[in-house]
Amino acid sequence: MTARGTRQVRLVGAAAAMLLVTATLAGCGGGGGSGKTKLTVFAAASLTESFTALAGNFEKDHPDVDVVLSFGSSTTLAQQVKSGSPADVIATADSTSMSIVKDAGDLEGSATEFATNTMVVVTPADNPGKLTSLDDLAGSDFVVCDPTVPCGAAAAKVLDNAGITAQPKSLEQDVKAVLTKVTLGEADAGIVYVTDARAAGAKVATIDIAPDLNVTNPYFIGVIKDSAEGHLANQWVDLVNSQAGQGVLADAGFSGP
Amino acid sequence: MTRTSLATRGRAPLGLTVAALVALLFLVIPVVAILVRAPWASLVDDLTSADARDALRLSLQTTLLSTALCIFFGVPLAWLLARTAFRGRSLVRALVTLPLVLPPVVGGIALLMAFGRDGLVGKWLDSAFGVTLPFTLAAVVMAQTFVALPFLVISVEGAFRASDERYDDAAATLGATRWSTFRRVTLPLALPGIVAGAVLSWARALGEFGATVTFAGNFPGTTRTMPTQIYVSFLGGNLDGAVALSLVLIVVAVFVLASLRERWLSGAAR
Repeated sequence: MTARGTRQVRLVGAAAAMLLVTATLAGCGGGGGSGKTKLTVFAAASLTESFTALAGNFEKDHPDVDVVLSFGSSTTLAQQVKSGSPADVIATADSTSMSIVKDAGDLEGSATEFATNTMVVVTPADNPGKLTSLDDLAGSDFVVCDPTVPCGAAAAKVLDNAGITAQPKSLEQDVKAVLTKVTLGEADAGIVYVTDARAAGAKVATIDIAPDLNVTNPYFIGVIKDSAEGHLANQWVDLVNSQAGQGVLADAGFSGP
Repeated sequence: MTRTSLATRGRAPLGLTVAALVALLFLVIPVVAILVRAPWASLVDDLTSADARDALRLSLQTTLLSTALCIFFGVPLAWLLARTAFRGRSLVRALVTLPLVLPPVVGGIALLMAFGRDGLVGKWLDSAFGVTLPFTLAAVVMAQTFVALPFLVISVEGAFRASDERYDDAAATLGATRWSTFRRVTLPLALPGIVAGAVLSWARALGEFGATVTFAGNFPGTTRTMPTQIYVSFLGGNLDGAVALSLVLIVVAVFVLASLRERWLSGAAR
């Protein structure tokens, strides 16, 4: 065999090996191709911890079902459903993004409110900006969500209520991105949901926002029209509204509807 | 160039033609679709909205800076790779090429780990000079330079290699120092390649999104460049605004291709 030929064989071999590694990693990640029924749930980023826990419960009760969760900003998810993304259930962090889905005629029946969430200021655990109150945001490098997504609309309202005109350093695409910028120490502070602050645990310090300045976001859940798994989708909604489901949400820091 | 070989005579096999046509349509249809969907009636309004103007201005400003950085630092690196012999040169070339194949968002996280407030270098920049880079215009320029620099280095290295090294030798025999040989002989000969590389890296910088949004964040006027504005508009349900700005980037891409046609599009014919 020529030197060039050997080299090509080696290159193809390396490519095949990489493909194998990637495929193996992908295989370990999820139960893809296991022949189970898939229930696809789109949920606001702030529901990451609670819905992941609930998916475990659901799969225990339905061993033949694989719950596929997709988290993102409610606005993003609503746009995705509107453009035909195959979801069975959608849960949003406000009524505006649920309206996008409803107005597009993609909702089966109507959405129900299942929880509420409020905002809180988080700083890195060592609080490098030495913030002690909401007002201290004014002199710090802080980040919030983009006003087009629910957590950003809420943050803007909080800043407005408190009469803070200082501008954030960045407008992030969802609440988890805000949290990441804070836990990495890139920002002195961020405005996130109470539930995200709780999920971050010791990685952040929190500063409460007075109730008269705070904003309460209602969370809505609905089944997508023509969902192939309409029956399962309704059972998921039932689980979220059940005592067990509400317990998981309360543990995460949500309040009742 | 006008040589016709026996193999090109006769009809192309049907199977190959069909597959080739599918490939071509796949590439062309999305661009046609965006032209069809374009909000022609409100185009001027969409492009002159405050958000769009901020994004256009910021993109122009940052990409000119990053392209200048690419040229200033990239040309010497290309020269080093093309004209000097040192151990580990192929390793250096591989490292330079890495950002070409690296997903931009990974580049953004890497930049954050390096130049973030808590980063490897950033921590020191902060404590020694009080300089923090994330969320600044400088961070946007850095993200763009990171992804665009390889394009410049690779194209300029190619240009250096293609130009005859004997001219350099001749200059050296006539007593020119290495520096003046570079300045007076090597550089002018490679100029078309440098221009092409600069145009290419500018286009890449203009389209940069993943690394920018990860490392520099997203704020109107300081870090929200055109691709980020397109993304934000799209997610916010303002499809018209997103498509209008996309048209600008498509026009730029066509312009770049047209200006490089000598070097790229005729490549197959040579």
